[in-house]
Amino acid sequence: MWDYTPKEMIERKSLVINPAKTCQPIGAMYAALGIHKCLPHSHGSQGCCSYHRMHLTRHFRDPIMASTSSFTEGASVFGGASNLKSAIKNIFTVYDPDVIAIHTTCLSETIGDDIPTIISQCEIPEGKYVIHANTPSYVGSHITGFSNMVTSMVKYFSKKLGYDNGNVNIIPGFVNPSDMRELKRIMDLMGVKCIMFPDTSGNLDSPLTGKYEMFPKGGTQIPDLIDTGNSMATIALGKFASEAASIELERKCKVPAYTLKMPLGLKATDEFIMLLSKLTGNTIPYELEEERGQLVDIMVDCNHHYHGKTVAIFGDPDIVIALTEFVLSLGMIPKYVLTGTPGEAFESQIKEMLFEAEVDGKVKSYGDLFTLQQWIKNEKVDLIIGNSYGKYLSRAEDIPLVRIGFPILDRPVQTYLPIVGYKGAMRVIEMITNALLDRKDRDDLDQDFELVL
Amino acid sequence: MRQRVEKILEKYPAAVYRNRKQHILVKTPETEDLTIQANTRTVPGIITNRGCCYAGCKGVVLGPLRDVVHIVHGPIGCSYYTWGVRRHKGVIKEGEQNLLSYCFSTDMQEGDIVFGGVNKLRQAVKEAYEIFKPEAITICATCPIGLIGDDIDAVAKEAQKLYNIPVLAFHCEGYKGVSQSAGHHIANNGLMKNVIGTAEREASKYSINILGEYNIGGDAWEVERVLYKIGYEIVSMMTGNGTFKDLKSAHKANLNLVQCHRSINYIADMLKKKYGTDWLKINFIGVQSTVKSLRDMAKYFGDEELIKRTEEVIEEELSYVLPILEEYKKKLKGKTAMLFVGGSRAHHYQNLFKDIGMETVLAGYEFAHRDDYEGREVLPFIKEDADSKNIEELQVEPDPKHYRLFLSKEKFEELKNEIPINYYAGMIKEMKDGSIIVDDLNHYETEEFIKLLKPDIFCSGIKDKYIAHKMGVFSKQLHSYDYGGPYAGFRGAINFAKDVANGILAPAWKLVTPPWKNEPILEGQYTWLFEEEDK
Repeated sequence: MWDYTPKEMIERKSLVINPAKTCQPIGAMYAALGIHKCLPHSHGSQGCCSYHRMHLTRHFRDPIMASTSSFTEGASVFGGASNLKSAIKNIFTVYDPDVIAIHTTCLSETIGDDIPTIISQCEIPEGKYVIHANTPSYVGSHITGFSNMVTSMVKYFSKKLGYDNGNVNIIPGFVNPSDMRELKRIMDLMGVKCIMFPDTSGNLDSPLTGKYEMFPKGGTQIPDLIDTGNSMATIALGKFASEAASIELERKCKVPAYTLKMPLGLKATDEFIMLLSKLTGNTIPYELEEERGQLVDIMVDCNHHYHGKTVAIFGDPDIVIALTEFVLSLGMIPKYVLTGTPGEAFESQIKEMLFEAEVDGKVKSYGDLFTLQQWIKNEKVDLIIGNSYGKYLSRAEDIPLVRIGFPILDRPVQTYLPIVGYKGAMRVIEMITNALLDRKDRDDLDQDFELVL
Repeated sequence: MRQRVEKILEKYPAAVYRNRKQHILVKTPETEDLTIQANTRTVPGIITNRGCCYAGCKGVVLGPLRDVVHIVHGPIGCSYYTWGVRRHKGVIKEGEQNLLSYCFSTDMQEGDIVFGGVNKLRQAVKEAYEIFKPEAITICATCPIGLIGDDIDAVAKEAQKLYNIPVLAFHCEGYKGVSQSAGHHIANNGLMKNVIGTAEREASKYSINILGEYNIGGDAWEVERVLYKIGYEIVSMMTGNGTFKDLKSAHKANLNLVQCHRSINYIADMLKKKYGTDWLKINFIGVQSTVKSLRDMAKYFGDEELIKRTEEVIEEELSYVLPILEEYKKKLKGKTAMLFVGGSRAHHYQNLFKDIGMETVLAGYEFAHRDDYEGREVLPFIKEDADSKNIEELQVEPDPKHYRLFLSKEKFEELKNEIPINYYAGMIKEMKDGSIIVDDLNHYETEEFIKLLKPDIFCSGIKDKYIAHKMGVFSKQLHSYDYGGPYAGFRGAINFAKDVANGILAPAWKLVTPPWKNEPILEGQYTWLFEEEDK
């Protein structure tokens, strides 16, 4: 497996091998699933919708519902307007969602279907909405698609009505429902009223009750989406997945926008909590201080397990940026940092962190796992952090893997447990430490094998 | 039952109602000539499980060939989603490569869409060749490629000359046809045109090809084990754990076995026309079907020694398998299944369920054609529509050098009444009266039919799996086997029985309802008692 990757670095101009990203529509589909009673709709041929549902289902192990315009050759030649119109009619009649969130595919983008015009020609039932985002697969990555759909939520829903609702808007980024729950818990502890969008908690971690609900209880409510225009501020967590929507909201409704790192790790969580406190004037409760203190306690207690260990990190930019900062604060050495999503901001931000920490590491945006493997072949690391595709790398180069990010297709329960906030940071330390210790236990000679570590 | 089905359909808008009605059948003794509508367009907006042409071509047929670099020409997604998710296992043999774990894409960017992606593709093929030196390279086109008109054939032709390895282009843009079925056909055409018959190697008398076996969960290896034990030679496996190298000599085998009829019957047909090789519809899913398939094969070759050996192996295998299955049968007897999967599996797995005492109450295919349901006798009556006309129908002629008939005319006439040579009877004939057949079962119908039929197991793919679970019904993927398997052949049946029993009998199903919803609350009881006393 991955045995044919040569050590010699070969310049590749065209061929992507073992990608570290996927296409826009899946991100848009995921974001749309964070609106209450929303059915994502894929405007293109069937395969896209099928693949995206498959992939999201495998990661979340929960039903992922989405419809498609089912293009055949005719629609591809003459345009997909009639397919979309009949789709919208059928969807409202058969599934009765409150919102249809359309995203495009590389097919409908290439033929240039004008979605807003098509929507305007449709009869939309009273009190129902049809929104859309352009998500051409040949631009950016799934993170771009997520960002585009969240921005569309602002474009379609947010309204400035001239009063202050006392809320803080939170855009959580492309994270698991568990992370969204954890962010809401932190804000609750802070006494901050918030509107989180999108919010997939309750939708993609729904309970098994014996009764299937096509639209579970979770998701951002439409009145709240409209009300985002009257909040005191918007905090975008992650530049790549969340910032664009916050800027759009500032432009449209004059809601001040703040972009933070994803609150993964101690420092990033500190910044998040401090901003919440600054914006609302609320004091930081002892519960959070206690959690933070516990985290620092763990970081001191476990330091010797990971300090000085080298690590390769890959995945989505917002997660990777935060993770890099976190492992640096653990005393680890992020030797290779890579994302598949294009973006110079990624490289400059990571380079700055590495420079400050005096770490000599390689950084690449718009990279693939073939490159990462070649780097590792030339100089090994102690640990890999990334999504499930890292398991091939892990096996080929015999390096333990900690699974963080999207998608995780081969380990259960992770979408129920957060990685953000102080609690999430504890979990990340647990995963990193245990991976290294499991490895040590496996490799130790009998005489070095010890009960207490 | 038909009335209940009607009731389910009532919710649809008129046009959808008219359409879906024709895709749903209830089998009754009165309805002898059942006709089902299949292989027609999906209704836009109706949540379907179907995939696209590219999924059928690269994802199903070409993907499992392990000594090939499969370059997907298009934006990144399509290549990404066929990477490692279909479980067509492969094992390396000496001197061969196993490139299955790699994923290759030209990752088209906006500029490439505007100015054309030919240069990018040309460069990508060069890089793939220089890094991997594979046996062959395939290029699969995705949706935008067809629209912008990149000449992938020219790139392939040029690269083939430059690098002196086969480089094949497949025009399998996702929008072609109405489902993944179109892609199967396109892949079959490509392999037939460019691969099969390009090398010569002598094959023994009992030589076969296995068509439509994709080695999900290692199925092909269990089938191989049994066939080798009897004494067959497998010239090529199409395409699970298959190689480009073996495919080249596929025309030298004496018989073709067809497992998945839908995805590969085109090759079977063309091999018959071009080389005279007969094909036999076999089914290695289920113990009794495997026994029947082995006996049919022995009959075809007609050799006493082979027939004797077949019976010996059958006896040996059965004596091991049947007692174990008997134990599972005790647990599962009388339970019912709903099957919605693939273009042959919804049929094949019914036999395996029978082996463990279970009955199928509803079955259907995602992308089958009428012949998969009704048998190949309906082929002349299938109306061609615009969508199927867009897929090339290869015209093959008998090969002057290699055409040969294994059976004499008399022998063929005699055998064709006994075993399914060059014939598939379809799924419906084997189903019980009262059972329901649904083509392109969609989400709404899935939910409604589960409520109506209350099966003990619902077998489908990952997209449906958790829907059934939320309804309290165990669901098993028959696309990827939930990462279990093999389920084929004799030993596979044991794996299947075990996984089905474990799933249906999971203690968690009894824990779905919280105790406080069933047990009366203590205070409530006391109040009632007091009230009684008061009286």
